[in-house]
Amino acid sequence: VKPEPEGTYIIICSCVNFFSPHFLLQNNHVARNGGMYKKPFVEYFEETPLLVAVLTYMGYGILTIFGYLRDFLRDWKIEKCHVAREREEQKDFVPLYQDFENFYTRNLYMRIRDNWNRPICSVPGAKMDLVERVTHDYNWTFEHTGKVIKDVINMGSYNYLGFAENTGACAAAAAEATQRYGAGVNSTRREMGNLDKHEELEVLVARFLGVEASMAFGMGFATNSMNIPALTGKGCLILSDELNHASLVLGARLSGSAIRVFKHNNMQSLEKLLRDAIVHGQPRTHRPWKKILILVEGIYSMEGSIVRLPEVIALKKKYKAYLYLDEAHSIGALGPGGKGVVDYFGLDPRDVDIMMGTFTKSFGAAGGYIGGKKELVDYLRTHSHSAVYATSMSPPVAQQIIASMKCIMGEDGTNLGRERLQQLSENTTYFRRRLHEMGFIIYGNEDSPVVPMMLYMPAKIGAFGREMLKRNIGTVVVGFPATPIIESRARFCISAAHTREMLDTALTAISEVGDLLQLKYSRQKTPSLEEDAYLESQD
Amino acid sequence: KMASGQQWVLVEMVQAFYEAPAYHLILEGILILWIVRLLFSKTYKLQERSDLTDKEKEELIEEWQPEPLVPQVSKDHPSLKYDVVSGPPSHKIIVNGKECINFASFNFLGLLDNERVKVCALASLQKYGVGTCGPRGFYGTFDVHLELEERLAKFMRTEEAIIYSYGFATIASAIPAYSKRGDIVFVDEAACFSIQKGLQASRSVIKYFKHNDMEDLERLLKEQEVEDQKNPRKARVTRRFIVVEGLYINTADVCPLPELVNLKYKYKVRIFLEESMSFGVLGEHGRGVTEHFDVNIDDIDLISANMENAVASIGGFCCGRSFVIDHQRLSGQGYCFSASLPPMLAAAAIEALNIMENDPDIFTILREKCRHVHKSLQGIPGLKVVGEPFAPALHLQLERSSGSRETDMKMLPQHLLVCFQCLDRQIAVTQARYLDKEEKFLPSPSIRVVVTIEQTEVEIEKAANCIREAALAILK
Repeated sequence: VKPEPEGTYIIICSCVNFFSPHFLLQNNHVARNGGMYKKPFVEYFEETPLLVAVLTYMGYGILTIFGYLRDFLRDWKIEKCHVAREREEQKDFVPLYQDFENFYTRNLYMRIRDNWNRPICSVPGAKMDLVERVTHDYNWTFEHTGKVIKDVINMGSYNYLGFAENTGACAAAAAEATQRYGAGVNSTRREMGNLDKHEELEVLVARFLGVEASMAFGMGFATNSMNIPALTGKGCLILSDELNHASLVLGARLSGSAIRVFKHNNMQSLEKLLRDAIVHGQPRTHRPWKKILILVEGIYSMEGSIVRLPEVIALKKKYKAYLYLDEAHSIGALGPGGKGVVDYFGLDPRDVDIMMGTFTKSFGAAGGYIGGKKELVDYLRTHSHSAVYATSMSPPVAQQIIASMKCIMGEDGTNLGRERLQQLSENTTYFRRRLHEMGFIIYGNEDSPVVPMMLYMPAKIGAFGREMLKRNIGTVVVGFPATPIIESRARFCISAAHTREMLDTALTAISEVGDLLQLKYSRQKTPSLEEDAYLESQD
Repeated sequence: KMASGQQWVLVEMVQAFYEAPAYHLILEGILILWIVRLLFSKTYKLQERSDLTDKEKEELIEEWQPEPLVPQVSKDHPSLKYDVVSGPPSHKIIVNGKECINFASFNFLGLLDNERVKVCALASLQKYGVGTCGPRGFYGTFDVHLELEERLAKFMRTEEAIIYSYGFATIASAIPAYSKRGDIVFVDEAACFSIQKGLQASRSVIKYFKHNDMEDLERLLKEQEVEDQKNPRKARVTRRFIVVEGLYINTADVCPLPELVNLKYKYKVRIFLEESMSFGVLGEHGRGVTEHFDVNIDDIDLISANMENAVASIGGFCCGRSFVIDHQRLSGQGYCFSASLPPMLAAAAIEALNIMENDPDIFTILREKCRHVHKSLQGIPGLKVVGEPFAPALHLQLERSSGSRETDMKMLPQHLLVCFQCLDRQIAVTQARYLDKEEKFLPSPSIRVVVTIEQTEVEIEKAANCIREAALAILK
């Protein structure tokens, strides 16, 4: 059996995590940093209980041993091999994949693969219909039985304001746009693909955010990966948060700038990096940096934490850096007007140099935008990779964004936007409070609609997903490599479309499964939250 | 009990363990744990030891002035104002308020305003809404996506297909999924921008060969072979790829696929083929350049195409054998970390595929029209037609290219003026747009002329005359 570095890599990773800050420090922030925050900023990341950590390592160790065993059996043809094979004619080519690259995929991911990529056949709203699939060979292949699991409560889709719907004003407007414009565009923005719909959308987005101008792109991921290289280049410095999304990391890498990483949401770490960068300049030559760009996200989707925006802006002003704020999850979901994390903290949108976000989550469409000063948007119109080489946004999608944005702003003549924003924040508070009371460990800010609930042990990842599906609730579970190896979690996304009954059903099921799988690890009392008027008593 | 110089026997060691005092064992244990911790703790890069005082540091921070975030863009920058299309970019397109005949959108098969496609998209909208609200892994996989993937695989006669939600991201995510640091990629100089970005993201060694020059490619491959013999161990784990386009978007000609396949087996290199312009155009049934040259599709490791040209939808796909394609489901960045394609656009693509399968005559008709346009545009004073006669997206370049990039760039405004004149006379053509500073091998300035199946002979004549007059007037 060839040496399998990835198996031992898992063990070493686990040992490193043993000493990681999450494990050793208790992290319960209630910050009122000198009046920068208008209301208390409460985030909790309860430490991993020692026994749980030990059992988790043991679990991974056993799985790794079994992985080696199974690979050995597969190599010696004792066990049937389901893995796809190279062509006969190309057997003497350099192998496309190294065996050890896929150790984790073959031996751990495959066992619980049925928790991901579940196909759905309805609107991804508060309730959805799942396509039933079975596997006869332990998840190597799936078959659709032809049946549909109806009315599964959807706790996994990013549908914060409930705009994923096929009826109503937005859908009607999108249908009209499809009838008029068709589905595609067939050209780039700079050539023949700039439709009047795009101009209308950009004006509206700029008004919504409170900035001078904005520009819309066809894909949220590509917005980051194609515009960060246009803004920075060689001789610039990018300071990126530890837990930034893959698109931000890719954009930073493609730009060619130097990248330095600061600890997640840690302002001391960021300040230290800023000071060192300005004082010492570029490495070796000590020339001053051309510009410094700070990359942060509004809500971090794996942790549920909200960026400490007032402090970041204070630092940015003090050290003359530029701020790039990626509001993929927070636009529409935070703030009294749904205008994102800037609105939530009551800050001035002009303080953020580049406001980026996506339309996929709260607006029920697809695509991304960048907003800021007019010079910035003019520059992007001429120099963005997307404007020159990539097809522009599809017209019905643009129309859906226009309709939903007007609804949120209250310009469609109804109160629907305000009601939904209110419902979302009520749902978030209620859900988080109940989970705390039940004794689960949940991470993140108390106002964030993304609720990660810790599972830790690898077996519980698969068990939780399956047990919840049996009770007709669709949840998302995440493990390594999206999270640190012992911090696997289930992640709930609260939506304004969830009614109180749905949340109660979900909570009962979660509690049941939690008792069954022994997930109630928390040893803290519910931290005392400020009394809020809208929390009506329910029992 | 230390027996110096003698060999320790296991039993004696265990005995020593039992007899040692407790504090000794505890101390040893702590020391071992400490060593382990030191070994695994983060190494801190030693910042250059500076003897700067705090006051000096504050002064440096005060003095430092960054560049402005973006350089000023002059008000009359040629690309600042976009042409605004009111209404759908269909055959009769309204540009800047004027109705023109569309020679600029890549709507080769005229499927953009096809009623059947619109009806299917609407039906899908009524069932699923617009957005998918999640990536493929988290309830963003719809049965429509699975159906589209199956249909594409069946159409192209491969084992499996995978779809992406954005055409640009397709090849830009596919290449880095397979080619990593230390691997070698041989790529044509005329490769499009998305391929270049994919290569940049992959961090592999890139070797460019002259456009469509198989001898140059063979020379590079031979050089690599010589290198390999110097270090056979490294050569055994270095993957090699050739990345070419079926029909190049920058030069409108085809790659010599049969020769490439020969080179593939001779030098053991894998081929990635980008077919955005040739999918739905070349080949008897529109299957692309493999059908055009009658090459076995299994000989190509990966075919990638976007659905934004002939298929008139949004997104892209990769197809090939399951062994190759399945890897992208966990390693394709644009697939795993991005929301999936809106179902109505996938439904529109399925209907477009239906039309393509039911009616293979459209490809022949399209190629006839291409030949017609190619012929009509010959003989324009000052401009030459670049591209194969059957290519649907042609370029009109300066007849006498001076060979230097600067002089050619000075002719850019004149190209723009030609386009404006044509727009005035109700023919919509556009200048081919590039990012001057970002392209590795910047193509010469040119005017893009696109052939679609909806253009009539009369319109083609009119367009040719219009361009001729404009060229005469401006390029004199």
